[in-house]
Amino acid sequence: MFPRPIERAGTGGRALYQVALPVSLIIWLLPLIGIAITSIRPASDLANGNYFGVPSQIALSNYLDVFRQSPMAQYLFNSLRITVPAVIGAVALSCLTGFALATYRFRTNLLVFFIFVAGNFVPFQILMVPVRDLTLKLGLYDTVTGLVLFHVAFQTGFCTLFMRNFIKALPFELLESARVEGVSEFRIFWHIVLPLMRPAIAALSVLVFTFVWNDYFWALVLTQGAGAQPVTAGLYTLNGQWVASWQLVSAGAIVAALPPVAMFFLMQRHFIAGLTLGATKG
Amino acid sequence: MSTAAASASATAANLEQRRMPFWKRNQRRLAPALFLAPGALMFLVYVILPIFESIWISFYQWDGLSEMTWIGLSNYTELLGDPAFYTSLWNNVLWLVLYLLAIPAGLMIAIFLNQNVIGIRVYKSLFFFPFVISQVVVGLIFSWFYAPNIGLFPQITDALGLGKIAVLADARFVTYGIIAAGLWPQIAYCMILYLTGLNNVSPEQVEAGRLDNAKGWRMLWYVILPQLRPATFIAMVVTVIGALRSFDLVSIMTDGGPYGTSRVLSFYMYEQALSEYGYRMGYGAAIAVVLFLIMMLFITGFIWRMVITEREG
Repeated sequence: MFPRPIERAGTGGRALYQVALPVSLIIWLLPLIGIAITSIRPASDLANGNYFGVPSQIALSNYLDVFRQSPMAQYLFNSLRITVPAVIGAVALSCLTGFALATYRFRTNLLVFFIFVAGNFVPFQILMVPVRDLTLKLGLYDTVTGLVLFHVAFQTGFCTLFMRNFIKALPFELLESARVEGVSEFRIFWHIVLPLMRPAIAALSVLVFTFVWNDYFWALVLTQGAGAQPVTAGLYTLNGQWVASWQLVSAGAIVAALPPVAMFFLMQRHFIAGLTLGATKG
Repeated sequence: MSTAAASASATAANLEQRRMPFWKRNQRRLAPALFLAPGALMFLVYVILPIFESIWISFYQWDGLSEMTWIGLSNYTELLGDPAFYTSLWNNVLWLVLYLLAIPAGLMIAIFLNQNVIGIRVYKSLFFFPFVISQVVVGLIFSWFYAPNIGLFPQITDALGLGKIAVLADARFVTYGIIAAGLWPQIAYCMILYLTGLNNVSPEQVEAGRLDNAKGWRMLWYVILPQLRPATFIAMVVTVIGALRSFDLVSIMTDGGPYGTSRVLSFYMYEQALSEYGYRMGYGAAIAVVLFLIMMLFITGFIWRMVITEREG
């Protein structure tokens, strides 16, 4: 193990480590802690210049005000309506593409695979004008569907990379023996491979949920008003409206951040497994 | 006799095959295409074709609505004389170089946290936390952090005797301020990659290194880092891509200001093509093409390495 386990250090070293941990964490999360405290600070504190002291009272009313004074509920609902179908779509499509690229040998296999990988790295701006144009032509501008379609397509790139590598690592003999038995390709996929892919599906779902929920650029490009805008784009609008009301901006930011944070803490193992794919081999 | 029997059985097999429906005979060959089709089609329509369309649009003058006018390379020659383009390009270089600090910083935190004490899992999760929240929220958090009077950062600089620095309103510091905000989640990402990597470092090699009296830096450099190479590669890929993709933070924190000094190419492109400054789709597309070419330099390198590992394994 590297570094040397702290248990083997002297009493002084161990104590120092136990102190250094919380101190460094507080420094690391300082901006976040600051905004969390600001979000429960009553507006009067800010007016009186009490920016950093103990809040005179805990004003959870800021959170209520966020919902009362803005379409925050609608924004959150839109984010959900965008994220859930996008996750299902991208994961479903990439189960198929990943299976195809992992189990069949054909001439263009590696080429197709690396097109998916490379497409996944391009800057969004090179896609912006044509995708916006396409969405307009389909009559899907400023709709949830327009955003969902794009996210499904784009995330399929990353998901294919993930799924293909995952299926490649599965025991191949199982598949071969099923083929010898004359099981059809679709039954092999459905009855043999898909059940084995459950951990990959879980990991990808959490990851893609976070990616799509946190998307801001495409929300700006493909939507306009509170009717279809997700919470990220909504926050930008609200930030402009609540110029000096930091307690509202902070509360709004925390509300918008909660769903992916909850997802992360609930599904931590899957999340990290997905994110660190390839960090140990390859 | 044996040949006759063999040919008879071959004919039988052939007949058998002919009698099989088309699908049964060809499914091994057709299956990959069918499995690929839906995903590949979506990816083609929304990702691959738009790249070529953008390149094509960059040779036109177009407001997004009326007729497109072919103007050849004019958009590109205009870029060469556009000071805002150079500001954005320079800021992109800054982003790229400074963003790479996330890799050693992430490694340092990972080493710091790679212990087995009570509660360490919670610490790891909380250190990773900034990566989970959206860049929009990170941007707002840091906007508050830097805000004059109300924010924490000006207080800190004031206490250090530097006066209250309003980072986001000062052309000298603004890009560094935004990059620092971007580094926060990026360091967390690199940290988690290295924590996973450190988990898989071979204990035998570490022990062997200890017997050879390797300690501290020498151990890290000669024994640990070579084993962390896959993690470093991924950290490199995501950090370079992240730096060149930076848009959200600039948009949220400064909207490119003050006076356009914190623009990056991705933001400048959006501003030209889709904001109140006018709908110059062709010019925007030309900026996007430049950004794409810069990105391609790196992507090709990354893919090259991936192809080599793929061929080996």
